[in-house]
Amino acid sequence: MPEEHKPEGSEGPAPSSGEAGKSPVKPVPPAAKPAPPKAAAPAPKAPAVMAATPWESDLARDLKERLGPRVKETSTYLGQNFIVTTPDGAAPALEYLKLEADFDYLVDITAVDWPKRADRFDLVYVVYSFARNERLRIKTAIPDGFQPQSVVDVHLAANWLEREVFDMFGIEFAGHPDMRRILMPEEWEGYPLRKDYSILRQDQRWVRENLGIESGQ
Amino acid sequence: MPDATFLDSTELVLNMGPQHPSTHGVLRVILKLDGEKVLGADCVIGYLHRGVEKIAENRTYAQFNPYVDRMDYVAAVSNGLGYCLAVEKMLNVEAPPRAQAVRVILTELNRIASHLVWLGTHALDIGAVTPLFYCLREREEALKIFENYCGARLTTHAFRIGGLQYETYEGFEREVKAFCKMFGPRVDEYEELLTGNRIWNARLKGVGVLNAEECKEYGVTGPVLRAAGVQWDLRKAQPYSGYDKYDFEIPTGENGDTYDRYLVRMKEMRQAARIVEQAIEGLPEGPIMGKVPKVIKPPVGEAYVSIEAPKGELGYYVVSDGSTQPYRVRVRPPSFVNLQALDRMVRGGLIADVVAVIGTLDIVLGEVDR
Repeated sequence: MPEEHKPEGSEGPAPSSGEAGKSPVKPVPPAAKPAPPKAAAPAPKAPAVMAATPWESDLARDLKERLGPRVKETSTYLGQNFIVTTPDGAAPALEYLKLEADFDYLVDITAVDWPKRADRFDLVYVVYSFARNERLRIKTAIPDGFQPQSVVDVHLAANWLEREVFDMFGIEFAGHPDMRRILMPEEWEGYPLRKDYSILRQDQRWVRENLGIESGQ
Repeated sequence: MPDATFLDSTELVLNMGPQHPSTHGVLRVILKLDGEKVLGADCVIGYLHRGVEKIAENRTYAQFNPYVDRMDYVAAVSNGLGYCLAVEKMLNVEAPPRAQAVRVILTELNRIASHLVWLGTHALDIGAVTPLFYCLREREEALKIFENYCGARLTTHAFRIGGLQYETYEGFEREVKAFCKMFGPRVDEYEELLTGNRIWNARLKGVGVLNAEECKEYGVTGPVLRAAGVQWDLRKAQPYSGYDKYDFEIPTGENGDTYDRYLVRMKEMRQAARIVEQAIEGLPEGPIMGKVPKVIKPPVGEAYVSIEAPKGELGYYVVSDGSTQPYRVRVRPPSFVNLQALDRMVRGGLIADVVAVIGTLDIVLGEVDR
């Protein structure tokens, strides 16, 4: 029956050193059955979880009052305040913040892909107020295919930032004046920053037609 | 803004770049012209897109550190500082005082080096050839300090998460002090060549105006915002790395034109040298690495941390799922956001001014495209 420690430690380099999407899967060694549990083996520690605390302030109260149930949460984590809104609450929140709370500088718009969640994407806006010297994040979870309201009419800076989110995640913004890709070629297939887009993947057809080579790698 | 062509003559569409030298890399601008007058500009970017944010998701926190240098490659030290601060924030550690001071010294030297590249190339675009040689001469001295410190001149990977890997080298203090002493008079020299020069004034004054309101609308930061009269600098507004300990000014302009942006950056170089002088005088002793675990695993959560890079606000939004690799790293690049204002700045101007405006925005395509 199985020798004691042989399969362990003879695996070669740790897999985390890169290329998570490497295609040839290593055959699983036959002796890789879980070893009989040692008495002292510690259970894998669950990662520490984001301990956001509620954010209490005049602004948080005003936001809740003005936007009602569209503001789901006002929290703070690591000294950074953020609010969570419903998908249709982000644009009104940005507008309110700009017109009535001096948050006149849209710093960034980005998204995070959580493929296992029903509401697949987190859409994140970062705004800053010169007058208050304060930064605020607005987060909203949206399902795949949902078209959030563009905020170009509130902040001109949103134009390219929303285009980049569209380019990388395939989130289309409703009412955007120029919803085209920005960094990737116009005809490229796929949205690179989605989690199901492997790091080695490329649009073979585009590469062949435009570069005249079989692969860009 | 004139949007219709004069006397219904045909609008001319002119392609500029991506190989045009004055675009400072691979920027393509599609210009709509009425004779010599610019009616609009459409930027085509992405030629240098390497998927830095995607790479981040497939590397460990420490492995990704050198990649950030390849974005704004003329200010690699600043990129590294922003990334390290973001991860440190998530780990809730702070670099020790000595590491912070060395970081400030190298970052400010890098700001000088970055501004020198801007000045040299901007002047060259406009027809003043001499400053380029002078600028590269002084930049060389700064790069030598980087090289002696960490072995690299451009993509330095100078900082580590939690502090520094290397202690300063023998003669570091002497060389940095010598640089500061040498640098002030050299800026005088550049100013002598340019500030009062009639051609320089004629080409820069009133060109590419972007006022404070427009800057905020477009999210434009850095020297461009300050030249429009907004005294805002993250080093003062939300100090990091001990910038609150140093005495320096935030230079501003009044008109928001290309000339004011030139003056602001010139003053910024002097201020940067002033900060370096103070930091090297009071360089504390002590450890250079904070208490960072061997395997970096920030708790599940997220943080947005930004610094004042030479080009403007450089931000990192990092999301952790508790594993050794970042779940998402978003870089908020100042060049990308600033470039968006190009269309507004060149509209109504002459075609020759487009070159001046691209130069004054001080973009680096590595950072625009990432």
